[in-house]
Amino acid sequence: MAMRTTAAPLKDATAIVGIGQTPFAKQLPESEKTLACRAILAALDDAGIAPSEVDAFASYTMEETDEVEVAKSIGAGDVTFFSRVGYGGGGSCATVAHLAAAITTGQATVGVAWRSRKRGSGPRPWRNTQAQLPTPAQWTRPYGLLRPVDEIAMLARRYMHEYGATRDHFFNVALACRNRANQNPAAIMYDRPLTREMYMTSRWISEPLCLFDNCLETDGALACVVVPAERARDCRAAPVYIHSVAQALPAQHHGMVNYWTESPLTGPSWTAARHLWKHADFGPCDVHVAQIYDAFTPLIPLSLEGYGFCGRGEGAAFTEGGALELGGRLPLNTGGGGLSEAYVHGFNLINEGVRQLRGSSTAQVPGAATCLVTAGEGVPTSALLLRS
Amino acid sequence: MSPMMRATTDNGLLAPVPDADGAPFWDFAARGELRIQICSDCREPRFPPRPCCPKCHSFTSSWRLTSGTGHIWSYVRPHPPLLPGYAAHAPYNVVLVELADAPGIRLVGNLVASPDAEIDSAAPEDLRIGAAVRAVFPRVQGMALPRWTPERS
Repeated sequence: MAMRTTAAPLKDATAIVGIGQTPFAKQLPESEKTLACRAILAALDDAGIAPSEVDAFASYTMEETDEVEVAKSIGAGDVTFFSRVGYGGGGSCATVAHLAAAITTGQATVGVAWRSRKRGSGPRPWRNTQAQLPTPAQWTRPYGLLRPVDEIAMLARRYMHEYGATRDHFFNVALACRNRANQNPAAIMYDRPLTREMYMTSRWISEPLCLFDNCLETDGALACVVVPAERARDCRAAPVYIHSVAQALPAQHHGMVNYWTESPLTGPSWTAARHLWKHADFGPCDVHVAQIYDAFTPLIPLSLEGYGFCGRGEGAAFTEGGALELGGRLPLNTGGGGLSEAYVHGFNLINEGVRQLRGSSTAQVPGAATCLVTAGEGVPTSALLLRS
Repeated sequence: MSPMMRATTDNGLLAPVPDADGAPFWDFAARGELRIQICSDCREPRFPPRPCCPKCHSFTSSWRLTSGTGHIWSYVRPHPPLLPGYAAHAPYNVVLVELADAPGIRLVGNLVASPDAEIDSAAPEDLRIGAAVRAVFPRVQGMALPRWTPERS
């Protein structure tokens, strides 16, 4: 284990020692609360830690089951830290980051982060016209810019225009995720291969984005367990250390409709990356495998640029030549990601990162010792660097 | 009835629900003027409108008249699933227009063939990045909703 320094007290101070999940499906019969409890108890069992030892929780503001319900259902002990992170999928990695900070500073000793969501069988959030944020919505919704896919498609079209990205580049992303899902029996798209012809002839959702540029709509829940590094060594599974963490709300950022800055294609990933790498012992070229938030395919080239895997405008070209496939320059979303495993606001990317560093992925990168996990790009975001 | 309920028009399109900071924009639009909030002290324009200037922190602002011209920075063509009022016109266009006299400020809108035409009326050849456009002010449920027509040079 690396030396801890005062400059970066969080570095390797905590570890993920348990992961758990429910099945993923378009429709699961159980409630979100039940699914949350199942995922959390599975994660604690994976760690070999009794639920009564849990004293910290972190989840998303969009999570419907609160800490009170979870804690009393699983039989948690006295809880001394709990937090919620906003901005949908932008908060995924921040749940783990908050637990790491709380544990490092002595606020708690056993933390659980989780997300349970019935997005597959439940309503589409954008259909609720009464719950739109009034401030940005007045400038966009009346014109028919209704859904997250419309908002990202606007950036995608500009990205294609400025940098010569093509639909084939977006297909490269969709295909890499689908190929990994085809290796993962837990993935929704496990037995559904994707071809270029299927992609190119699929229906539009918001031009220039088609059906396969969009993530799945999934019911499911996931959780992970965070403890101090000293304790992690005694747990059932090999510890996966939380090496560096970041949250990012860039100056003058506007959320998904980030159209009013000098450079709308420079998203929060750029800000998260600066902080993440500043506190890390290694850089982008040392990352063995990446789990990058993929609600929509264009987020991948934008994130590859933001996190420093290539230069500005080079993210699309980066995807060429099988770079995102196993054996490529940066194997991506090795469980299938939001595009092809399950869309649970990015939490499956965290658990897959842990599996890679344990050596237990269904699409294992040989010898993987470092993994980048990111949350939603295009919204206030967060990221984790994990190491074995 | 919530503001958003009132905002749904007879044809199923959503009307803007202005907040306190945005209300002047819509009031000026009703007079056929496209105006942008600027800081009264440092003269920095800002959008969306907000209470204070992020540059000099002044709480005093005014609304500067623009030429109402710009160019298309990007655009999308949404297809179903959509809210019913929009699905009826799908695929329509949504454009992002960079203002000629306030670069960096980009307004979401629709490109239409003429001021009162539907959101699916624009000719395909007019819908392209860089195309010059001019603001028009059709009424939607009593509110002026700035849209854009091709600017013929």
